Amino acid sequence: MAHTLRRVVLAVGLPIVLVAVWWFATASSTSFFWPPLRDILGTFVETWWPDRLVGDVLPSLMRLLAGFAIAFVLGVSLGVAIGKSRALRAFLEPVLEFFRAIPPPVLVPILILFFGIFNTMKIVVIITGCIWPILLNTVEGVRGLDEVLSDTSRIYRLSRRARLWHHILPGASPQIFAGARQSLSVGIILMVISEMFAASNGIGFTIIQFQRTFAIPQMFSGIIVLGLLGVALALIFRLVEARILRWYLGLRAAQRGE
Amino acid sequence: MTSTPPAPATDATGARRDETTQPILDVRGLRKVYRSGDGAVEAIRNLTFTIAPGELTCIVGPSGAGKTTLLKCIAGLLDATDGEIRLDGELVTGPPKGMAVVFQEYGRSLFPWMTVWQNVELPLKEKKVTPAERKRLVREALAAVGLADVHGAYPWQLSGGMQQRVAIARAVAYEPQVLIMDEPFAAVDAQTRAELEDLVRELWHRLGVTVLFVTHDIEESVYLGQRVLVLSNRPTVIMEDVAIDLPDERDQLSTRSMKRFAELRGHVYELIQQSKRGRRPDAESTGEAV
Repeated sequence: MAHTLRRVVLAVGLPIVLVAVWWFATASSTSFFWPPLRDILGTFVETWWPDRLVGDVLPSLMRLLAGFAIAFVLGVSLGVAIGKSRALRAFLEPVLEFFRAIPPPVLVPILILFFGIFNTMKIVVIITGCIWPILLNTVEGVRGLDEVLSDTSRIYRLSRRARLWHHILPGASPQIFAGARQSLSVGIILMVISEMFAASNGIGFTIIQFQRTFAIPQMFSGIIVLGLLGVALALIFRLVEARILRWYLGLRAAQRGE
Repeated sequence: MTSTPPAPATDATGARRDETTQPILDVRGLRKVYRSGDGAVEAIRNLTFTIAPGELTCIVGPSGAGKTTLLKCIAGLLDATDGEIRLDGELVTGPPKGMAVVFQEYGRSLFPWMTVWQNVELPLKEKKVTPAERKRLVREALAAVGLADVHGAYPWQLSGGMQQRVAIARAVAYEPQVLIMDEPFAAVDAQTRAELEDLVRELWHRLGVTVLFVTHDIEESVYLGQRVLVLSNRPTVIMEDVAIDLPDERDQLSTRSMKRFAELRGHVYELIQQSKRGRRPDAESTGEAV
């Protein structure tokens, strides 16, 4: 009980301090571009609830999740194939390094040509950024699979399918999750960027609209929404990870204990 | 240096000297050369031996004698450079049916994301054993190794000796014709080791499975085996095929204090020393220096 309390205090301590600093530092501000936090929070609910939550936040979120999910499936499947095959690795590595070095935002104009300006383009932008951390970490995870365990799989004549599901994927899952965690933050950034170019809704679109119409408190409230979204997604990710990687956390704790 | 060879084996168990029985394992002219970038290392020069069904054979050799290489060839994990290996008459080209291996690295041969039960059950699922039969086999195998009460635990929650028991249970449940054990107890403490040695003898008796037990421990090989194959240093050939004519009923205390046990141990020890010094049966025949 005391332990839980301690953790909660530790987790919310700094945010409270930061909000307090912001609050008091801007309390008497008359600057148009630095409105008091009081005003920002004052417009928060009316700005976002309920129309923009459904009309902007939800579409953004759906595009992010679609892009992330597709990047995850593609990244893991390609990563497993590349990690298993030395030849494929040698063949693809230079090309992968090339594409990885290209920042996805510069691709937006090109992607608009191919995919138009609607959801498809935005999802593709998210995929082009999210796929790399997942792909590269999966390759490393698959390459690092234990040799003794691979021999064991062969000795007991596990089918390809069984080896994939019971050996390769679980064995690489710690690295896959490390990659997916990075991808998630990349995805949030690209979600916003993709909405800045040609869009009619979304969090990024809304923030830019507020900027251009000098609705400064509303613009700040949009930035807060983005931050909160990031925190919420990271929290959900952690819960999923803790569940799926329970064995890994236990194994590591056991190894440290020895 | 002349060692006193042991008295010729009066083979109590019979099967081994019976030429009419088809060997379960037949290794002929096995040679293995590892090729790397600019050179080649000859790990195994020429190994020929057969193992009769139901035998418990130990293989000992100095470290670096290519024991693991031999075992991986037999298990179909490595391709032989020359020669052939037959399991029950069938040429081994990949991991064969009816073979199970217990590795030395117990911590790395169990799937850490599966419970003890799931680890033992997985190979049976792949073998398409019916669920009811599977359940029976897993339960019996875990009970046989003394782990009836940890079905739901993960391997990393268990001690080293217990993890190796899980690996043995997995092999036993698989019902192999040949069970290969690669220095399985090299990494467990001495007391656990003695227990596990007796467990192997007991399971071997009970199941009638053919066991090939690789070890670097001379005492262990004499205590466990009906027969000990002593290997030379690399490139490996067989130094001697020593019959262990100890009573079938073995006991850590009384067997190990028998005069015959001491003689056999001494003999195998002497062979290993010779092989470390580079004596090779194949060199003698061609008149090379010892």
